[in-house]
Amino acid sequence: MSSRAEPAVAASGVRKRRGPLTWVSRDGLSTLVFLLPLLLIFGMFSWFPILRSFVMAVQHTNLVSTPTFVGLNNFATVLADPLFGTAVANTAYFALLALIFGYPIPLVLAVIMSETRRFKGLYSALAYLPVVVPPVVGVLLWKVFYRGGPNGAFNSILGTIGLGPIQWLGDAAMAMPSVVVEATWAAFGGTVIIYLAALLSVPPELYDAAEVDGASIWQKVRHVTLPHLRGILFITLILQLIATAQVFTEPFLLTEGGPANSTTTVLLLIYQYAFGSSLGGHFGEAAALSLMLAAFLGVFTAVYFWLTRSWSTES
Amino acid sequence: MKTPFRIRGRKKVAQAQQRGIVSLADWRSRRIRWTLQTVHGLTLVLLLIIGLGPILWLAKAAITPTQDTLRQPMALWPNGFDLDLIVQTFTKVHIERYFMNTVWIAVGSWICQIMVATTAGYALSVLRPRGSNFLFGLVLATLFVPSIVLLVPLYLTVLDMPLVNLKLVDTFWAVWLPAGASAFNVVIIKRFFDSLPREIFEAAQVDGAGPFRLFWSIVLPLSRPIVGVVSVFAVIATWKDYLWPMLVLPSPDKQPLSVRLPTLERGIQLDLFIASLAIATLFPIALFLIFQRMFLRGGGLSGAIKG
Repeated sequence: MSSRAEPAVAASGVRKRRGPLTWVSRDGLSTLVFLLPLLLIFGMFSWFPILRSFVMAVQHTNLVSTPTFVGLNNFATVLADPLFGTAVANTAYFALLALIFGYPIPLVLAVIMSETRRFKGLYSALAYLPVVVPPVVGVLLWKVFYRGGPNGAFNSILGTIGLGPIQWLGDAAMAMPSVVVEATWAAFGGTVIIYLAALLSVPPELYDAAEVDGASIWQKVRHVTLPHLRGILFITLILQLIATAQVFTEPFLLTEGGPANSTTTVLLLIYQYAFGSSLGGHFGEAAALSLMLAAFLGVFTAVYFWLTRSWSTES
Repeated sequence: MKTPFRIRGRKKVAQAQQRGIVSLADWRSRRIRWTLQTVHGLTLVLLLIIGLGPILWLAKAAITPTQDTLRQPMALWPNGFDLDLIVQTFTKVHIERYFMNTVWIAVGSWICQIMVATTAGYALSVLRPRGSNFLFGLVLATLFVPSIVLLVPLYLTVLDMPLVNLKLVDTFWAVWLPAGASAFNVVIIKRFFDSLPREIFEAAQVDGAGPFRLFWSIVLPLSRPIVGVVSVFAVIATWKDYLWPMLVLPSPDKQPLSVRLPTLERGIQLDLFIASLAIATLFPIALFLIFQRMFLRGGGLSGAIKG
């Protein structure tokens, strides 16, 4: 962008030494007026809070007493908290399950949908419908489906084939998979749309060429389509991992972290530190844990791109 | 300028030919045709069940009595209808209040986002004062900070704004103003302004237009399409938001639907609760059906940003 020619307004007039008067006459004041919303809003609600989180992480802050410097104590407190290990393990488990349930499905669906000859719009509209449902409504609706008794929606389906009832959300082993299934349902449509767009960009000549070589449909998918989607597949993978590491609404509303902390994710722990009824007010610890999560995600993303740089750039 | 046109032209031809993975020769084989049609039929059924099914269930349960939903949740035809439930969501739950709160929050956030993004995009792309690259770098940098880092310090900021000592908590401003700090908006608006031909600005300047006139009469009218895209994203994001409004709007009379619905769950009977969920879903689904093309084309973009 910087290689672009000098813009019209800045280019008019010769750059020389500027005094305050030339600044005003060269529309410096009106430029400032246009920059003011950006400076005020970003300063107050973005840049300052980001800096403040670093300060808070090394302070003891609880809104009542004046903040005191405590060094790395907050980090030590968080790391020593038995819930920390649980939350990290749960988040990793959530990310893993979301990967198994949610990563292949949109790709398979998109490849199938791209080959339909009729009702193309209907397919994508149906797949996108869950994304349109407000997340909170989706979660609460699934909570009704997940009712534990024999007359819960899912249990009554299982009942017709003589299974269940299952305590979808009440059983520590079932709770996390149940949460992930809901989250996958809510999100898969968006990824399908991304893949559908990417599939349009595969040059048709390549399929022609593959056919000349006698490739079957499966071989065309395997050797033409998938290599072409490689770049976008790498991006959606890392974006999904980053998103699952910050999951909040689903476990918060479906299980509140229970039963027995089996669905307490890192974000839920941060929420409990800062705003929870029993732990609440530990803003320093919450900031420390947020920073650790952000640092982890940053390093993880960097390593990911470094490791995959050779595979994702060609194509 | 020539290459993009050529590429776009080729893509159009490809779409017109409908050339995908399966070739015409493949379609002529009976075995392949049957397999494909079966796969497509099954996919359609599957999508109907998982995409439309829950929403149809929601619609059905919204007009059937609680006992039906509790005893036979999967019955295809209910034992009775209770259309009064829809009336009660207004008379008892007063869902219209929370709906209006959501609308207010969305409108305010939208205004704030558009104001910040267009003025910033104009200053950074057209006026370009000294240091604007650095400033744009600072905006870009916030894209790489996960929103979770902001949660706690931002909460303390709206609790007591530094320098001005204003308390925004429990006012809509606590949602409106932070929504404006969207780096994503600034980036795509600035990109768009960058692509506008400079000759127009020069011509306007020759005609004596100052920076304000240039912004209001030239740049804004030209940027209607991109402002439309940003607006749709802004409204959707507000409609979906849960954690932040829950934190900063503690009093029920200010809460939007997304915050109010979970608390309703404990307070009212199940059929009424489900009717409220259904009402809350109507508006976004209606919007989706109207702007379907925009969603399905732009959906990828918003999905990529929100992760």
